[in-house]
Amino acid sequence: MPVQVEVNRREFLKAGASSGAAFVLGFYLPVRGKTEESLYDSQPQIFKPNAWVRITPDNQITLLVEQPEMGQGPRTVVPMMLAEELEADWATIRVEQAPTIPEIYKNLITGGSGCVRSAWGSVRKVGAQAREMLITAGAKQWGVDKSLCRAENGNVIYLPAGRRLSYGELVETASQIPPIAADDLPLKAPKNFRYIGKPILRTDIPSKVDGSAVFGIDIRVPGMLYAVIARCPHFGGVLKTCDDSAAKAIPGVRAVFRVAPLPGPDGKGGGTAGGVAVVGESTWAALQGRKALKLTWDKGPTGDESTDSLRKRLQEQAIATPSFVAVNQGDALKQLAEAAKKIEAVYETPFQAHATMEPMNTTVDVRDDGVEVWSPTQGATLTQEDIVRISGLPASKVTVHMTLSGGSFGRRGQWDYQAETWQVAKEMKKPVQLLWTRDDDLQHDFYRQYAYQRLSAALDENGGILAWSQRIASTSVHAYYAIPDKIKDPRYIAALELGGADVLPYSVPNFRLDYLSAESPVPRAWWRSVTNFTAFAMESFVDELAHAAGKDPCQFRLSLLPENQKVTSVMWPDGKPLDTRKFRTVLQLAADKAGWGKPLPAGWGRGIACHFSFGSYIAHIAEVSVEKDGAVRVHRVVSAVDCGTAVNPDGVKAMTEGSINFALTEVLTGEITIKNSAVEQSNFHDYQVLRMNQSPEIEVHIVPSTANPEGMGEPGVPPLAPAVTNAVFAATGVRIRRLPMDTRLLRKP
Amino acid sequence: MGRMNLVVNGKSHEIDVAPETPLLWVLRDTLGLTGTKFGCGMGLCGACTVHLESDAVRACQTPVGSAGSKKITTIEGLSPDRSHPVQKAWIAEQVPQCGYCQSGQIMQAAAFLAKHPRPTREEIDQVMSGNICRCGTYHRIRRAIQRAAGEAA
Repeated sequence: MPVQVEVNRREFLKAGASSGAAFVLGFYLPVRGKTEESLYDSQPQIFKPNAWVRITPDNQITLLVEQPEMGQGPRTVVPMMLAEELEADWATIRVEQAPTIPEIYKNLITGGSGCVRSAWGSVRKVGAQAREMLITAGAKQWGVDKSLCRAENGNVIYLPAGRRLSYGELVETASQIPPIAADDLPLKAPKNFRYIGKPILRTDIPSKVDGSAVFGIDIRVPGMLYAVIARCPHFGGVLKTCDDSAAKAIPGVRAVFRVAPLPGPDGKGGGTAGGVAVVGESTWAALQGRKALKLTWDKGPTGDESTDSLRKRLQEQAIATPSFVAVNQGDALKQLAEAAKKIEAVYETPFQAHATMEPMNTTVDVRDDGVEVWSPTQGATLTQEDIVRISGLPASKVTVHMTLSGGSFGRRGQWDYQAETWQVAKEMKKPVQLLWTRDDDLQHDFYRQYAYQRLSAALDENGGILAWSQRIASTSVHAYYAIPDKIKDPRYIAALELGGADVLPYSVPNFRLDYLSAESPVPRAWWRSVTNFTAFAMESFVDELAHAAGKDPCQFRLSLLPENQKVTSVMWPDGKPLDTRKFRTVLQLAADKAGWGKPLPAGWGRGIACHFSFGSYIAHIAEVSVEKDGAVRVHRVVSAVDCGTAVNPDGVKAMTEGSINFALTEVLTGEITIKNSAVEQSNFHDYQVLRMNQSPEIEVHIVPSTANPEGMGEPGVPPLAPAVTNAVFAATGVRIRRLPMDTRLLRKP
Repeated sequence: MGRMNLVVNGKSHEIDVAPETPLLWVLRDTLGLTGTKFGCGMGLCGACTVHLESDAVRACQTPVGSAGSKKITTIEGLSPDRSHPVQKAWIAEQVPQCGYCQSGQIMQAAAFLAKHPRPTREEIDQVMSGNICRCGTYHRIRRAIQRAAGEAA
């Protein structure tokens, strides 16, 4: 959810910047009802500042950004919003990652495609505030009326005399004038934007083409050691025996010891697996040592679990009663029982791994004076809280440096890899970098939930949808977390499993949505687009209904979409409602740009799908060809996006392109399977992610908008799978209902 | 262990490591050249791609002893100032997202273009398919290689 920011405090400090005096402006989130006065008097957690602006006499403007950089671009898009209202010269803007000082910064985290949304209100206000104070300072310095001054590209100008002073020259005066309330300051009208909506080069890219960008794995601390952990491959299993004699004999191995499993903190993910740590003078020594361990494992109480046994449970759950009834409008079950024309289908989406290119790792130094952590985390604030909890130290003794992340997609919101590193470093009393190998990464992930969805619909005589029933059975993410006081609440268990399914955009008088949770020992959590796996079933099924009604799939959708109606989520009623006008617009735009309806070569097909998530609307049209042997090639994807204001349009395009290619793995090859309660895949040969020769040409079209910006990190994922499988149906007449696609179904005799 | 001399980015280093140690870990842990990344340890993802003389190789699959006196170039040594045509094209096309795989992508593309200055799209796809980008920047990589080919010619 976007953070609602109320700017109610400004601070001017003379900061000890190397260049001398600095004009510092912070902005804060009021929390827990405490007063603002205690912010700087060592009473922690009074306010939640989520950014700082620092202006120095050398005209350098530094913005401390709270969000982690994991590829989604906050180090560019967030300062763009500042520069806009501050009337700054873009070339003078610098970005720093905000540090973990919990008294001041509490929101070093991102998730839910919330980066731009959370910064939109707060950062622009800070820019406006800083601008007004600089103008005031300029007027004071000249001794003129403020109304005759204005700010322009890093300067304050006194209009009648044409005099100007740069922001750097105003630092001294600005730091002495009383604060100006931000709430009354008007923000710029979109027509006056200089930066917002213009393509701006990403600030982090130069360091990513010359090897100088520092990811978590690149941290080097004097005297540090390198570690890996051998973990029990069976979920819920434990170590039985360990012979480490050969491991200890490997040159460079410094220590081998057991690491206890840690129970999961309530509401913050599952536990750690525990295992045997091998610490060496180099990563290679540690890896060789681990390879030499002789270990036996007890598979534990769920040791027989397999993908087959889970599927069977899901199939049973999909028809079981009682269920959690999320939506019950009209009488869908009665209509379906009496329907003249009833269509049914089951859709299945298996476990998926995040498979970030930078495997999990963290570096920790446990010293007498506290703990220092360097981690490619999705949330330094969470990491700090976790280390505080397991170490018993106060937050003031735990420093977390949030490095660049080599991808996250939700994985780095978990705490396991940092907690393990702390365990090893504590034992070694030296700085330790713990590295996860690709096997560790794929076999000890928190996977995207496994879902089994049964849909039924009745068509009326005009081909409209009379009744729609969707029953979703899945390995609930919240059930895995098992917060004791909430585990019995079916609404809580269903909360991350129904995304989109409870916001049906199409006109259906009788609509029923049921949820059933299936047990599983397999860890799972949020995976790029999280609960919106529902889109594969919904948008495939709409396609099936269109064909059953004998209608064009695009026209069928448009005919069922009200011109201008708001649909509120049942599960998340406070969220942004779906606007059918915007849904229609992206569908129509994608169709126009893709040449929907134009003829394609034999063996080719075009498929359309649309989904609303994280406040944004995305329609994809995929063009595919299917070979005689069933091989599917996705040639082109045309996307239409309504994300409100596209603050950095090239960033919006990059996120859409990335989402398409990320989702294609799930469609074509990606699948985590379970045997003996362990993951069967171990590296990129058997968990095959998309490669360049499988990647399509992509066109992204952005709907012009001045509405508030919405999320873009994830919304491109959900509609991609159905767009492709709908295209495969158009090419072959074969309906794919389980991912990844089984191309044997597409072979021609 | 064994003493040997390794020439990396035009600089000679005397190191003392077992010759079967993968070049990747010597670069990263011994020499502190962290621009070359670990991704899979099996030569499946290309994140560790470096140049051995003019060839692109996977450093995780290259025993350091096999390098001998051959010149090794890592991303840090591709150019002193990001002026290599491939680096320039990567910036112009705004390729990287998380950026983790991009050292390997750039080293692969640079070695490829040096030998095939006018590649077709199919050739680009074929050669670059050994390098995984989980952020999905593939079609920008493709465009950047085409741009670099055009500028270098």
